[in-house]
Amino acid sequence: MVANTNSKGVERLRYYLPTIVVAVAVLAVWELLVRLFNIQQFLLPKPSSIVTSLISEWPVIAPRIFFTTRSAVGGFVMGTAVGILMAFITARFVSLREAMMPFAIAANSVPIIALSPIMFNWFGPLNPFSWMVIVSVMVFFPVLINTVRGLTEVQPEALELMRSYAASPLKVLLSLRVPNALPYLFSALRVASVLSMIGAIVADFFGAERNTLGKYVTQEAAVLRFANTWAAILVASLIGIALYTFVLLVERWITPWSNGQEV
Amino acid sequence: MNNKPVISVSAANKIFNVGSDEAVIALKDINLEIQPGEFVSFIGPSGCGKSTLLRLIANLTEPTNGTVVVNGKSPQEARLNREYGFVFQAATLYEWRTIKKNVQLPLEIMGYAPEEREQRAQKMLEMVELGRFGNHYPGQLSGGMQQRASIARALAFEPPLLLMDEPFGALDEFTRDRMNMELLRIWRQTQTTVLFVTHSIAEAVFLSTRVVVMSARPGRIKDVIDIDLPHPRLFETRESEAYYGYVTAVRESLRDAFQAEIE
Repeated sequence: MVANTNSKGVERLRYYLPTIVVAVAVLAVWELLVRLFNIQQFLLPKPSSIVTSLISEWPVIAPRIFFTTRSAVGGFVMGTAVGILMAFITARFVSLREAMMPFAIAANSVPIIALSPIMFNWFGPLNPFSWMVIVSVMVFFPVLINTVRGLTEVQPEALELMRSYAASPLKVLLSLRVPNALPYLFSALRVASVLSMIGAIVADFFGAERNTLGKYVTQEAAVLRFANTWAAILVASLIGIALYTFVLLVERWITPWSNGQEV
Repeated sequence: MNNKPVISVSAANKIFNVGSDEAVIALKDINLEIQPGEFVSFIGPSGCGKSTLLRLIANLTEPTNGTVVVNGKSPQEARLNREYGFVFQAATLYEWRTIKKNVQLPLEIMGYAPEEREQRAQKMLEMVELGRFGNHYPGQLSGGMQQRASIARALAFEPPLLLMDEPFGALDEFTRDRMNMELLRIWRQTQTTVLFVTHSIAEAVFLSTRVVVMSARPGRIKDVIDIDLPHPRLFETRESEAYYGYVTAVRESLRDAFQAEIE
């Protein structure tokens, strides 16, 4: 058993090795170039000074992580829930789907983030709910569009099989349409997890709440402490990656048959 | 022995796109009776309506006019009574269900108790030699194994009538031969009536008690050839003179059907 886990570990290492090598190489070249050409700190700080800033600024950054992450996660959950609900209603009625889907697809290509000042106007510039609404509007459209596709793009033979068994519409929904939609849904959720962090940071820029990662980024940049700005960006990226990884793990658990293939 | 036909089709027509310029006469003046326990194959050029005829009987489509009677009822009543099992050209397994769960699907819909579902599915899987693969997902099995699972699924609720639409079309010849033997064994064991659509003359003659030869444009029944070969059919059956005689008879009838189409 031990040998088995060991060889699995080796295999995994071999799989990730190129990525690790590239990451280390990029950081090394970055560090070297900044030192060699004596690039000004406010243009591009060294990776080492970003890490130093992160450590020294951690007491300031850490409390801000909570607000921004809560906006991202709260908005992600809200947007996903409303998106799935609307998808079920839309998929159920053909005429509604034909009337609504062109708008949903058009809205998906609108830079929704530009709506954020309006959201703050509606729900209040200090209300955490405003942040979540901004994020959820970004998440909503890809979830809606993909879930509707998954619920409706069912193989004709798979439907005929159900018909040959004289299955009830509820059974067709639960045993055919819903499982068929799951890979589509997760494909949207992976995109949405990244969008939700972007939405939360941009909402931070516009909101009145000061204790956020986004505000820290703009405020440190304004006083030319760019190493601090980079440190906050690094933290935001890591949170984004964590959300994405979480979605990926849930996907592997819920849809073991699909192996994360693109739909 | 009760001599009431299982299937009785009289003066049935099927026209697609009725009334438009692209109207296609898929079936014209079809008359056919099939007795309990028969194994009837349908063969003919593409577009001869053999699949459409099967789908009329299954109530997956409606005749434009004429009558179809299944077990003394309308096809719709027979379908709602779950009196037939349909095997599609593609295996049509649900990829999110394990093989065992796929075979259990009709039993689930028909309200069998969980223990009985489990037992029957296992029995059917063993019958098609997939006893050890119950917990695999369809994607992990070869095409031939998937098609065997779909046959196990069709047989799981022991329907008195089995409708098969080119079930072995996608298989290699070796697997196909084995599947033919298995199907004959199942047919003898269960005394099901089988309607079998195929493109292969050899397969039709080897399996059937009767072969229905159809011609295209419009699709009609050209010949019905009784296959009077002894049962059980064995490997040696394919080497007998009588077998070759029937193969020749079907081939000649088919050639006339093609000829009629060209002229």
